[in-house]
Order: sequence, then C-alpha cells, then structure tokens
Amino acid sequence: MSAHAVMSTPPAAAGSRLLMSGNEAVARAVWAAGTRVAAAYPGTPSTEILECLAGYPDLYSEWSVNEKVSLEVAFGAAMAGSRSFCAMKHVGLNVASDALMTMTLTGVRGGLVIAVADDVGLSSSQNEQDSRYWGRFAHVPVLEPADSQEAHDLTLAAFELSERFEVPVILRLTTRICHVKGVVRTGERSAHSAAGFTKDVGRWVMVPSAAGRRLPLMFDRERRLRAEAEVSPLNFAEPGSDRRVGFITSGPTYMHVRESFPEAPVFKLGLSFPLPFDSLRRFAAGCERVVVVEEVEPLIETELQAQGIAVTGKQILPLSGELSPQVLRPAIARLLGEPVPEDSTVAPMKVFPRPPTMCVACPHLGVYYTLSQLRNVTISGDIGCYTLGFGQPWNALDACISMGASMGMALGLDKGRGDNEKERKIVAVIGDSTFLHMGMQGLLDIVYNQGNVTVLLLDNRAVGMTGGQDNPGSGRDIHGNEAPRVDFVRLVKALGVREERVHLVNAYELPVLLKTLREETKIPEPSVIITSQPCVLIPDYHALKPYTVIDERCTGCGNCIDVGCPAIHVTRRDRVTKASGREVDLAFVRIESAACTGCGLCLKPCAPDAIVHVDTLAMPIKVVRKTTAPVQNA
Amino acid sequence: MSARCKYDTTNILVVGTGGQGVMTATEILAEAAIALGHDAKKTEVAGMAQRGGVVSSHLRFGQKVLSPQISPGSADVLLGFEAAEAMRWRHMLRPDGLVLMNTGRLVPPIVELGLFDYPDDPVAEVRAAGTHVVSFDASAIALELGDIRLGNTVMLGAIADHLPFPAEVLESCILQRFARKKPEIVDLNRRAFAAGRAAAAAALRAEPDAA
Repeated sequence: MSAHAVMSTPPAAAGSRLLMSGNEAVARAVWAAGTRVAAAYPGTPSTEILECLAGYPDLYSEWSVNEKVSLEVAFGAAMAGSRSFCAMKHVGLNVASDALMTMTLTGVRGGLVIAVADDVGLSSSQNEQDSRYWGRFAHVPVLEPADSQEAHDLTLAAFELSERFEVPVILRLTTRICHVKGVVRTGERSAHSAAGFTKDVGRWVMVPSAAGRRLPLMFDRERRLRAEAEVSPLNFAEPGSDRRVGFITSGPTYMHVRESFPEAPVFKLGLSFPLPFDSLRRFAAGCERVVVVEEVEPLIETELQAQGIAVTGKQILPLSGELSPQVLRPAIARLLGEPVPEDSTVAPMKVFPRPPTMCVACPHLGVYYTLSQLRNVTISGDIGCYTLGFGQPWNALDACISMGASMGMALGLDKGRGDNEKERKIVAVIGDSTFLHMGMQGLLDIVYNQGNVTVLLLDNRAVGMTGGQDNPGSGRDIHGNEAPRVDFVRLVKALGVREERVHLVNAYELPVLLKTLREETKIPEPSVIITSQPCVLIPDYHALKPYTVIDERCTGCGNCIDVGCPAIHVTRRDRVTKASGREVDLAFVRIESAACTGCGLCLKPCAPDAIVHVDTLAMPIKVVRKTTAPVQNA
Repeated sequence: MSARCKYDTTNILVVGTGGQGVMTATEILAEAAIALGHDAKKTEVAGMAQRGGVVSSHLRFGQKVLSPQISPGSADVLLGFEAAEAMRWRHMLRPDGLVLMNTGRLVPPIVELGLFDYPDDPVAEVRAAGTHVVSFDASAIALELGDIRLGNTVMLGAIADHLPFPAEVLESCILQRFARKKPEIVDLNRRAFAAGRAAAAAALRAEPDAA
C-alpha cells in the first residue's frame, strides 16, 4: 500500500488499546515524542514506519533517495535542535554508515533515533546481518524492543536517552518485531521546539584536529552509557524457580524464552549496548548455567565471556535464523540431558515450492522474456522485483548482491573478461528507484571508463518490491503530492552516455526491445535502454480489456507460458511424435480472464492467434488466418 | 516446562498465497479477540508475499500471549485459503486439530511450466495423514457472490463456529471494518460470511465420522 493511501485518519487518542505492528507502534511513538523531521528509503521490513508517519500531523516526513541521505537529513535536523528520526532496513545502515561513523563524534542536539530493521530469517533480503555491531563500531547505544508495546515504549526512551547523552541512538528491530501485530497502549504527543543551529566549528566541522578532540568525549560518553545500562529500567532480571538454566535475552528472543521456559530466571536487555556487566555478573551468579539467547551473532555472549562471566550461546544454538520456541526447547533439553520434546517431530507434507512471481501484466515480464532469448550474454542484476528474473521461466539474471551493484559489476565483468568471453555481451538490469539510490554513480563509472555494457533501466515509476512507494522518478512525494520528476533520458545523457546510445523503448513492444538489445550489445560502448511502463500496482497503471484463449485454435505449443504471466494456466498436457520422430510435450492453455489486464505480452509468441479479447468470443470464430501484424492492446 | 500449563492460548494458523487476503483475515480475527478483552499477537511468514508466494499468518490469543509464533504441532485450527497451501502447513496442527480447507486451487507458473506437479487430491492426502479436514469450495462461493475477493470473508464464515467465542462477534468485526472502509459492500460481506459458515457446517455434517 502506498503512503498516500494510508494517511488521513487523525491519530488515535492517548490510552487507546490498539492492534499495532511494531512498525506502526514505532511511528506512533516517533510522533508522540514530538519529532519534527523523519526520513527513510523503503526497505523490508522497515517500510511501513515512514508510510505511517506520513499520515501523522505536525511532522515533516520524506522518502529520501537512499539511507545515507535519510540519515544526513535527520542529523541536520538534530543539529538544529529538532527531534529527528530515520528508518532503514539492515543493509541500509551499511549505506548510511559513513555518516553515522562521524556523527557519533559530533553528537546531536535534538534527539536522533535510527530505527534499523534486521531481516532475521531472510524473508526478503540479500543477507542476514546483525546491525547491533554498528552500536559497537560507532560507540552509540542500542535499544532492542521485544514486541509492539516495547517498540512504542523504547522509541520514546530512545529519544530521551539521545538527548540526555547527546548521542544518536540505534533502535534495533527485527522482522519479528516490525511485522508482528500486538496490543499497544499509546500516549499523547509531547511538544519539542528546536533551539536552532548554533555555530561551533570545533563540534560540527570534523577536520582531523577537531575530530581528535571529540574522540575522548565519545569514549567518556560510552562509559557513562554503560553506567546508565546498570540502572536503566529497560534492563531487568526476572527471578525464576527453576535455576538450572538462566537466560540472558534481547529483542524478540525474550518472548520466545518466556514462552518456552516460564519458570526460568531471565535477564532482559532493553538497552543491550553498552552491556551492564555488573548486573549481568550478579544474575549469572544466581543460576547454575547461563545461556545467552540473541539474534543473530554472539555479541553479548562474546563480551560477557571476555569479562570472565561463564555463559554459553552459539555453541548450542544456531548461528543464523530466528530463535523461536521450536528451536529453543530442543536445544535446552539437550543441554540439560532431558528428552527432546516431541511436538515438532511431524514432518511437513511434500508440496511443490511456490516462489514469488512477477505480477500479471508486469512490464518486467516482457523484458525478461526478451532477455531470455539473448545468447552468449551475462546479465548483471540488481535489487527489486526484477531480481525475480533469475528464476523460471526466464533464467535471465546472473548476479545480484546489493543496491546499485549491477553497474559496477557489469563494468568489472567487461574489464575482467575471460579469454573465452571475447564476444560475450554484458547487460546490466536496474530499476528506477535503485538507479537513483546508488546506481547512477556506477553508470557514471561505466561511461567515464568506457565500459562495453548495455544498461537496461526499467523505470516503472515506483519502488515496486516494497509496495509501490514513490521516489524522485515517480513525480510524487511521500504524501502523493506532485513533486519534480527525474527525466531519465536527460539524466543518463548528462552522465555522458552518447545520444545515439540512449533508447526509450516500450516494455510491451517485444520485437523493438529485442532488436534494440541485439544492436546495442553489438556496439562496444556504453548504452542505456530505458523502459517507462508503470508498475501494475500503482495508480498510473491502467488495465486494458482482458484476453482469453480459443480452445480450438490452441496448438499446445506452450510458448505463451514462457512469458511467465501468472494468469496463464495449463488445461491439458499431451505428448506427440513429430514427423521427424522427435517427441514433443504439448501444453494447452487458458487465460484467467478475471486476472488478465490485457497487456498482450502472451499474444506475441502465439503463432496460431489463439489468444483474443474476451468479447471476441461472442462473435463466431473465423477461420484461422496467419498474420504477422502486431495485435493492438486496446 | 510446558507453556500451555501456565497460559491458555488459542493458536490459529491462516495460510494461502499472496493476494488472497490471508493477512487481512487474520487481522480481523485478532481484532475480534481483542474486542473480547484477550491479549493477541499476529505474525506472518510472508517472504515477498504480495508476489504470489506462500503466506502463513499466525494468530495467538488468550489471557497473555508471549511468543507470537505458533510452534509446529500446536495450532488448534488451520484455515487453508488454498488447497495445496493447507497441505504445506498441515504439520503445524496439533494431532486433534482441525483443517478448514478451501478446495479452490491456485496453480503457480512453476507448476504450469511442468516443473512440479500439483497434488491430485489435497483433501484426501491430508485425511490420509490422519488429520480432520472440513473442505468446501470457498472460491466458487465467492465467485457466485460476484467477486473472488470475497473469499476471505467466506473463509472467516467457515471458521466462525470453531472459535472460543460466538460467531456473531467475528461477523460484527468484519462488518464494522467494511462499514468504515467500503460501506457499499457490507451486505455482500454479510452474505459471504453466512455462506462460508453454512458451507463449513454442511461439510462437517456430510463427513462419515461427523461427531
């Protein structure tokens, strides 16, 4: 759902008992904290925080072009004394980290909270990293909520801590916080005015001499924060009657531990960095053994061991994924030498996999159907819906690591060609928002260094994978209001791509797309092919008259299935022996007309003209006439 | 160290594919539980769900809910919006749990391409595994009422008599939600709810081992 669809209802009254996701609860608390500036780039599982915030009054919110800019915007506001906020997924903080690593030296004036959402369990990400490392790396505190109510309460606490210690605070969320809905009691908004920016070059201009003077302040702040962690109400021990194992937990693992071992002593860390070593040492002394349950890396465990506190953790628990009750119960039973509980021993039934698909009529379908017809090509991919092009039936994406990386990887694939790859075509595929996020610089590098790369820039006017959010290429801001729109043709020309090498092609015009791709991959210089048909999930997309299949005409060739549209279904399979003696599998099809939006992509590979508009069926079926003329969509 | 002895929690697992309204249906169930004063948590395993992938939504409610996740073998009811998806998650059900299964099928491209087979008879296969199944064609009911999107209300109707609270509480939550968002389809949803409830009841009566 795009942001402008969710806004408009006034915030619920204080004290309301609401069913809220962790993301919604964070947004509510950011607003309640009197925050004046909030920025983010969409990224699962953090996206809904800013989508919700955009609906709250008296607060500036924006979609930023990338996470680094969002953090810089928030930091600027905090320098001016405003409470400010930014949200990102885990890999976003990698991008933003350059800014973070120095703002920890300057510190902040207004409270600055950075919500970073780790995708523990990899529901929608390219890696599973532990953002709590950034707290250690940047010497900033880390708060870890355990459910929606805590997501709300710890967000408020994070602002208070940030202002009291003049430090950016990391609010570390995981998918199991962001996307769990639970009951939340909310509060009123408190007003916070901004004192305004005060010039102070020794503090705000981080040249070496000034930065060197700030370093001791940073380390002193960490010492004071550690003392705070000892007395903070966010950190507490819960006694238990079964002291054979005590648990130290942070984040959602607290709930999993309480669920699994209701009688065990538990130390809950809400402020999980810096660690309160003294409190934890006392807790450990009261238990026969202590297990640290943390997602996902052994950070707390390692630091406690270095303090000489006897704990275990990753020796008995997995190094990746969620530590839910089904994981914890058997691991602790084994530790205690007890029989492993049997409730999780039923094997799942065997069912076909159901990977995510591209949408019916998605403009990327035509692009990947076309790419799948190219031979002797390496396709460098990027992050977005179009990453799905690696899968069936297209198999037309060969590499993908991080936002914008398709550009640099393609140049490297060109410059580092193997001896057997002299004729290999190098194609890079990137979406509009990803290009603006971090791809532009890569294209500039391709142009500057004269790479033999053909770039396919798929402009669908939305951040598709996260639900169709707006970006500088969509011409709308976070509220859906009109905003300046990037002209991609002019932009890539300005980066230095020669005019003759820039093509704007309709993603549904398959022959033109194929011809352009073939030509451009033959020319040994940078070229960019831009498609600009909108994402089918956004209002810019207009559905056309749906199609259907005339059974009598379908020859079962199955070519249309290779487009990969989820509206095409097989009605009957057969196997025939051709005159040549070759056996051929046939698949006769129908189109789910209720789902079809008439893009016409499946018509192009259909030789017998078996696919027609639904209303054509009302007329008598004419004799099949072969035609090569393009069929109109409308 | 069993959790059930301390907290009496109801576990409902709602499964289907992206776009079927699984998450919305679970949210309405959660709202109904909260309206009755329960604590509730709802969570999804929904990797890129809106791209037609697998969605399984967990709802736990009771006096106090800790972990949001239902452990394998502990769901009380499995509400399957799609036949093969109900099969996929059957192991989450406790041994005496109940599957309410839409027999309507959503066949993904990966099956249409001939790379995998769709199960011949999901209802029979789940039954053969020893699980109590109540099955009906919710998709057909929704289409008969004029819109496949009514499927999730039909499914909520089907579960309404298998909850630890009266069906009318759930019905009023659904109707209030539509009254807020799309008042013009309140009546249609009322009919979809009733049709789902009737279909599940009829399927239950028709069973050879009906209790």
